[in-house]
Amino acid sequence: MSAPDLAQSAPDRPLGASARRPSAPDRPTTVPDGGSDVGGRPRHLLSVAALSRGRLEELLALTEVFVEVAGRDIPRVPALRGRTVALCFFEDSTRTRLSFELAAKRLSADVVSFAAASSSLNKGESLRDTVETIDAMGVDLMVVRHRASGVPAQVSRWVRAGVVNAGDGWHEHPTQALLDCFTVRRALAARGRVQPGLEGLRIGIVGDVEHSRVARSDVAAFATLGAEVVVVSPPTLRPSSVGRWPARFTSALDPELPELDALYVLRLQRERMGSHVLPGLREYRACYGVDARRAAMLPPHAVVLHPGPMNRGVEIDAEVADSPRSLVLEQVASGVPARMAVLSWLAGGEHHRLTPSPVDAEAESGLGAGGGRSGV
Amino acid sequence: MSERSQTETLPVLVLAGGTVLDATGQRRADVLVRDGRVVEVAPTIDPPAGATVLDAGGALVGPGFVDLHAHLREPGGEEAETVETGARAGALGGYTALVAMPNTFPPIDSVEMVRAVRHLARGACTEVAVAATITEGRRGERLAPLAELAAAGVRVVTDDGAGVADAQLARRAFEYAAPFGLVVAEHCEDPALAAGGVAHEGEWSSLLGLAGIPAEAEEVMLARDLALAGRSGARFHALHVSTAGSLALLREARRRGVAVTAEVTPHHLALTDAAIAGFDPVYRVNPPLRPEADRRALVAAVAAGEVDAVATDHAPHARHAKEAPFAEAPPGMIGLETAFGVARGALAELPLDVLWGLLSWKPAAIAGLEARHGGPVAPGRPANLCVVDPEARWRVDPAAGASRSANTPYAGWELVGRARHTVLAGEVVVRDGEAQR
Repeated sequence: MSAPDLAQSAPDRPLGASARRPSAPDRPTTVPDGGSDVGGRPRHLLSVAALSRGRLEELLALTEVFVEVAGRDIPRVPALRGRTVALCFFEDSTRTRLSFELAAKRLSADVVSFAAASSSLNKGESLRDTVETIDAMGVDLMVVRHRASGVPAQVSRWVRAGVVNAGDGWHEHPTQALLDCFTVRRALAARGRVQPGLEGLRIGIVGDVEHSRVARSDVAAFATLGAEVVVVSPPTLRPSSVGRWPARFTSALDPELPELDALYVLRLQRERMGSHVLPGLREYRACYGVDARRAAMLPPHAVVLHPGPMNRGVEIDAEVADSPRSLVLEQVASGVPARMAVLSWLAGGEHHRLTPSPVDAEAESGLGAGGGRSGV
Repeated sequence: MSERSQTETLPVLVLAGGTVLDATGQRRADVLVRDGRVVEVAPTIDPPAGATVLDAGGALVGPGFVDLHAHLREPGGEEAETVETGARAGALGGYTALVAMPNTFPPIDSVEMVRAVRHLARGACTEVAVAATITEGRRGERLAPLAELAAAGVRVVTDDGAGVADAQLARRAFEYAAPFGLVVAEHCEDPALAAGGVAHEGEWSSLLGLAGIPAEAEEVMLARDLALAGRSGARFHALHVSTAGSLALLREARRRGVAVTAEVTPHHLALTDAAIAGFDPVYRVNPPLRPEADRRALVAAVAAGEVDAVATDHAPHARHAKEAPFAEAPPGMIGLETAFGVARGALAELPLDVLWGLLSWKPAAIAGLEARHGGPVAPGRPANLCVVDPEARWRVDPAAGASRSANTPYAGWELVGRARHTVLAGEVVVRDGEAQR
């Protein structure tokens, strides 16, 4: 027996050992890069787990370019002029949607936006019908956010457009990982601690890992870039099988703190409190809340990150969130350049198009005060 | 149709050139069928004048397959399947009898509903044995009228789609059903442990961020039911057993003398949870696809004779229903037309007559259909037969199937082994791989 994408009973390979084997020895790819164009550039960004170190480094370098662009008088380049980016947010999100919208506009793309609440999904239309309809209008990139894991990968099989995963269920949030890597690398470089990649760093991630798309993307990205990743969570919020995660898992935070270069604090959803998985707020805070006492246990150079929005007083205290260690605002600022990097990388952002053209300068000045110059 | 007119229209058939296979063994023989029955089995039979000759050269001629677990979706789910189309798919897969699952809308929980579905099955390409629910409305609150159902000829009762969650109700169901000879077939899945889950809880669900269904969800309820069934003396059938732990529980219960039978599906023998990596909802099924270690344990258990039937859990779903997010798509995959080829591939070491037994006479006995199905190919027996070419290579084309649904996980697979002809009560319902009605 033989089949296109499912291994079957070839004598040397057990039937069902199956489907899309991991491309790296013990790291599966969610979808094998979603196909490449002739130049070898991927058409989709669906998961960080599927990215090689080379690709991640490429995106980080491109992010650096767009940070420079953001500092210009006119922070706009013609990289995606004539291209259309559709923001398909099936799940509410303010900051990610705004960040992608700004990124697309600064690349001179036309931007159309779709929010589930106002869509025909309420009229019974299927997910496939909805995305095929948008695709048929001739968009080049679809930025997809959905409450369910895997939707961007599914959409990528139905549409001609390139697909960017803007967060799917508990699965992945690749652009968050990119901006986090960029931010932490930059901050630690400024503290004299890094290069190349994240080689030799130890990064801790604390919180509700099981239900976190940020954790899945960030663990993959940090590890791919050479960091040693330690995941800290209550046993009930740890994924049940972690054999394929490139990280070490523990449930005790304090012993890890003195060895960390960066501590990534995950948001704790309120609905986890007092459920089967957690006794209550006070106990979580006592065991995992990052307060001044715990921050003081970190090495002096160590930084603290959070994907936002923060539950101050739950997973992180104000003294830490607002301290010089905190990179929370830098993370947000990196979001737009990181997403510019992804959009231009996927939709043909040739580097010669990164210089502002006279037309753009004109258009930008026409926008007046609403244009915005720095990275949010 | 009266008995007389039926007799007049029944053809004379010769299944020529094949190897006859049944529970008594294999021998090279032709088979003569007349008036709905096998009348002669001999090395060479000269076709009588007017007889239809079915070429069985290079093929196996045996009792038709019997599926213990087919969702025919009627009434209520006709967009996905009807009794007619499901039975046609079954006949194309070599089946002559299907046990139709009662989780329809409304559920089959009364004698009237049983009769209504039997009526739908008139003229179908297979016999359809209608199973009924254990509980009224399949709600898991009160027993369905099991005595009446048994009196109306129902043999299998099940709330499939879910197990009976309430342990006291499950206990009473086993006790109450026992004297009627009913087979209480349980979908073993603890609803609290499985709550919200959409994939096997393991390395893949962990990486993909999909809510998991732990193996223990199946094993906890199976252990409970083995304890309860053992005490009641009822006949307990474990549907779609999928974990190594479940197999161990079955072994232990059999040592205690519990009257339990168990089925496995072709997809749990052939696929693993690695298939979900691309989030294609075609691989969403309940119980979920399990890791390789479980798959191997199932294959080994079949080889060791610890499994009583291979059953499809044929679960058609309309295309649009499966074009939803993985976690929101309904679980289930179709399997009637591919069952033999997939099982043969997954159980490559298993002798073909053993596989045939798991597909035919063993499930026939569990479902109480042994008088008509699964018996030896011998004079006087009802002619419910299939002719299978065990070496036929064919590629699965979802669009080409007889099912109204195309949610097969085997699209594009090349399978080895396919039904060539199917004979139902002496009439040819599939000839050369084409349905005749």
